[in-house]
Amino acid sequence: MQEAMIKRAKELLADGSVDRVIGWKRGEFTYDITPAVFTSAEEIDSDFVCDDFTAANVSKYLVKETQKEGKVLAFLKPCDTYSFNQLVKEHRIDREKVYVIGIEGGPKLDIEKIKAKGITGILSVKNEDYTLRIETIYGTQTMPFYEAVLDKCASCKSKKHVVFDELIGEDGDVLDSNRFEMVEKLENMTSQERFDFWRDQLSKCIRCNACRNVCPACTCENCVFDNPKSGIDNKAPADSFEENMFHIIRAFHVAGRCTDCGECSRVCPQHIPLHLLNRKFIKDINELYGEYQAGADTTSRAPLTDYTKDDCEPSVVHERGVE
Amino acid sequence: MQRIGVFVCHCGTNIAATVDVKAVAEALGHEPGVVISQDYQYMCSESGQELVKNAIKEQKLTGVVICSCSPRMHENTFRKAAASAGLNPYLVEIANIREQCSWIHKDIATATEKAIILGRTAVAKVHLNTPLNSMESPVVKRALVIGGGIAGIQTALDIAEAGFDVDIVEKQPTIGGKMAQIDKTFPTLDCAACILTPKMVEASQNERITIHSFSEVADVKGFVGNFTVKIKKKARFVDETKCTGCGLCTEKCPMKKVPNEFNMGLDNRSAIYIPFAQAVPKVATIDPNYCMMLKTGKCGVCSKVCSAGAIDYKQQDTFIEQQYGAIVVATGFNPINLDKYDEFAYNQCPDVVTSLELERLMNAAGPNGGTLLRPSDKTHPHTIVFVQCVGSRCDDEKGKPYCSKICCMYTAKHAMLIREKYPDTEVYVFYIDVRTPGKNFDEFYRRAVEQYNVHYIKGMVGKVTPKSDGKIDVQASDLLANEQLHINADMVVLAAAIEPDKTARPLATMLTTQMDTNDFFTEAHPKLRPVESATAGIFLSGACQGPKDIPETVAQASAAAAKAIGLLCKNSITCNPCVAHSDELMCNGCSSCEKVCPYGAITYIDKEFRMPDRTTKVRRVASVNPAVCQGCGACTVACPSGAMDLSGFSNSQIMAEVDAICK
Amino acid sequence: MQVKENFEPVIVAFCCNWCSYAGADLSGTNRLNYPTNVKIIRVPCSCRVNPMFILRAFQKGADGVIICGCHPGDCHYTSGNYFTRRRITLLYSMLDFLGIERNRTRLEWVSAAEGAKFAATMQQFTEDVKALGPNRRLEDLRCRKQ
Repeated sequence: MQEAMIKRAKELLADGSVDRVIGWKRGEFTYDITPAVFTSAEEIDSDFVCDDFTAANVSKYLVKETQKEGKVLAFLKPCDTYSFNQLVKEHRIDREKVYVIGIEGGPKLDIEKIKAKGITGILSVKNEDYTLRIETIYGTQTMPFYEAVLDKCASCKSKKHVVFDELIGEDGDVLDSNRFEMVEKLENMTSQERFDFWRDQLSKCIRCNACRNVCPACTCENCVFDNPKSGIDNKAPADSFEENMFHIIRAFHVAGRCTDCGECSRVCPQHIPLHLLNRKFIKDINELYGEYQAGADTTSRAPLTDYTKDDCEPSVVHERGVE
Repeated sequence: MQRIGVFVCHCGTNIAATVDVKAVAEALGHEPGVVISQDYQYMCSESGQELVKNAIKEQKLTGVVICSCSPRMHENTFRKAAASAGLNPYLVEIANIREQCSWIHKDIATATEKAIILGRTAVAKVHLNTPLNSMESPVVKRALVIGGGIAGIQTALDIAEAGFDVDIVEKQPTIGGKMAQIDKTFPTLDCAACILTPKMVEASQNERITIHSFSEVADVKGFVGNFTVKIKKKARFVDETKCTGCGLCTEKCPMKKVPNEFNMGLDNRSAIYIPFAQAVPKVATIDPNYCMMLKTGKCGVCSKVCSAGAIDYKQQDTFIEQQYGAIVVATGFNPINLDKYDEFAYNQCPDVVTSLELERLMNAAGPNGGTLLRPSDKTHPHTIVFVQCVGSRCDDEKGKPYCSKICCMYTAKHAMLIREKYPDTEVYVFYIDVRTPGKNFDEFYRRAVEQYNVHYIKGMVGKVTPKSDGKIDVQASDLLANEQLHINADMVVLAAAIEPDKTARPLATMLTTQMDTNDFFTEAHPKLRPVESATAGIFLSGACQGPKDIPETVAQASAAAAKAIGLLCKNSITCNPCVAHSDELMCNGCSSCEKVCPYGAITYIDKEFRMPDRTTKVRRVASVNPAVCQGCGACTVACPSGAMDLSGFSNSQIMAEVDAICK
Repeated sequence: MQVKENFEPVIVAFCCNWCSYAGADLSGTNRLNYPTNVKIIRVPCSCRVNPMFILRAFQKGADGVIICGCHPGDCHYTSGNYFTRRRITLLYSMLDFLGIERNRTRLEWVSAAEGAKFAATMQQFTEDVKALGPNRRLEDLRCRKQ
């Protein structure tokens, strides 16, 4: 697929249809992938990559890219298209300035899971019929592909592209995922158990802001946490309260807008399952206000800017589950 | 540096009996920024206010806190006092230590402690208060009435009477609306045309009223006091200024097979037509769907016979734009479509009619010249069955959940008129309930039953079946006698539910007014502001707000006119300065705020920003119209970036209050 | 959890100007007693209450937060409390999800005529919070009062 993508990217650059291409390039290590903008065929030939590690959602970068002159070609995986649509809906991306090529999703790999097997000194990772062949400086190792799949891909919600100008590869379907399992598990705990779980998790937070910076829903010109006038600005959590507050407010701000792309948990260096907070909101919204998938379209009203006269009262929170 | 004055009121013993006011004044005197802290017997009295005013002047106060009764009581009093002493009135805060402290607590120690906290909270807030200035927004002294039925006519007449120019936009070729189609009115049985047509003429002759007939509202911009409305004048192919309404063209027109909508399609009209004899304006209109000249280019008879030279086959839709200070919506109602009611055989049998069709059948200007004859064979019906609540008070999706309100009364009227004119006719009425609240209404209904022997049967009609002999079998249940009935009827009359006109929904979008799920316009307050919409400057008249009979419609029309006149009388409107405002530097332009604004006060503009690197960037940002914003604050929470804030209740002010309480 | 004898919770009540604040005034006019623990902040509409304010209250030492607004359908601004209902339902659900005690947060609809309901609600809420003891799960230690 990488070859086909490079071919199309070069064609579109050459005929002037687009001025820039957004995709991925390798960093220091083979598995160290970062989104990148390419402006020439030469750059594309030397650096462009799309493989089992290109999990990063590039849609957020289009906010800045579409503020510039000219048109951008973006390669979007199915999950990325939801984020893209949501940003178009919120007028953050100028749709006219983007040429979207939908690319097949496929589960992406989590290098941390490979390293967790005690495999170090990794030089390259190859998927050979769903067995990973890992070349290291110490020799070759193997492990089953599915044991190294990213959590966010393991609970994939959809392989369908909700927006594209052309497709490379096949379009898939919305999946019947098990993504709310962990949320349910937590819901069934006692209040004290939940408190202990989250205290354990959130106390790990070092406030590196990676979750916020990667989040396609967090595109504010000026984040409330960076704004001294907001009254909640805060650079580093001095107290357990501030750890909680940052994540509650962040989840609330993206509630009804979060497409569940799972990037927040993927990039968290402390491995905090932040996506569970967002999924809790998604699950509540689905259960209380009807099924809603942010980014599935560009016209529907977001659940928090909408209402019905017969909405449930907040007392439902008090009535369900265990205290 | 802030210089805050605190004034603690005894309110006689109302506060002083349970709160140690001296201790409160003493404690608040130590709060940061407080330069004077006093107590007084009655702060709201003349001398109490003097105390505040003098302190403002002598101490050069930058903020004032009054610890007294509820701000709902005297906030304005103290704001005015502050303003007269040269302090911006919005630099005054009230700590409610009466209703929310002294009156509910008994223990002096805890009540005093709470009063100090409440005072401290107000001091914390006033530190962050900023001077606010009420904007003045000019009022265009002209009103627009949308809809020319009895509601619109009455509203327009009242507004014109008060000395303001008013335009009526009516989508039909004539004003008059539904009332013009009605034969007689309940409960007095006077003729609808006799009371309506003089009002139509009055409207057309009033020099302050302009009637735009055969026109529609195409676009609405602006806000209270200053709406800009685009009106589409549909091509009628007749020059209104030349046509004399002689009607020769309608007689000579060869195309005479056009269903006459004024008579509910029960007879035909010509392709060029005047809807009815008393139409206002009395001007002919060509129906382009039937006119041979417009369709094929061959005919031109009307043009030949028109001595005024009014016919213009080349006429186009035109648009006019006009400024208005107030808009009154009077779009009215229609009976619902009965296509889905197969059980009543409405589409299968011409002798099953709606009540509005019956009005035309009985009207002297109707298809039968006022003699009640069956549409199918023009014979006199001897047994007539009325079915109530067809589509009203209905649980399923075919009908409407609400009561259409007028059907019980007009059915009693119909039954009575038929029994009066044709005593040999048997009349049956099947009902769920008979609802007759209204002046002389129940008496009227009882006359139908007792004096005119109309057979009222509590029960539902299950099926209406046309028979081969021309009769109609009506199968129904009598709930009181608990038996099934079959009535061999000649005619069946269906009391179809009424619904808002179809044009109301797109109009509501243009006006940014709200509608309920049934497409009735929502009033600003169901009890206290029944003729205003929640959008300032938009008023509601007649059945567009909910089902109504004629007297109620006229009452509401006059009430809406009074509200509009109240607005038009002002040269300018003072706007509440406690409104939302957006920090353009922080705004993402994401439209979240716009979606929760009930007033349509938020629009988006593309704004150019100078960037630190000296380039410019154009970004979409929210802009709040302070004349339209009512200051609810819904947008401030919808805004993820915190760009939206509310003057007078800002984020920092409320958080300062929280801090002061929790300290 | 160790609960101090005679623990007096700090309770912050956000009341909308048009219904609930007037309802609170009415309970005063009718001399209906409710605990002094409750301190009211006046907001134009319940929809003005930002989740930030609620968290801020807990941070600074509140033991309970209650929001009062007009009954659904009666909002002075037509739709404000409908938005409140969704936002606050989700926020409270999230706090519950994080293990914060449910009874520390409440939303009640109190009309301007319901002085008695206002007093009774505040009485009940204060008792519920008292039973929970001081807020420890969502407090800022730096703000703890000794």
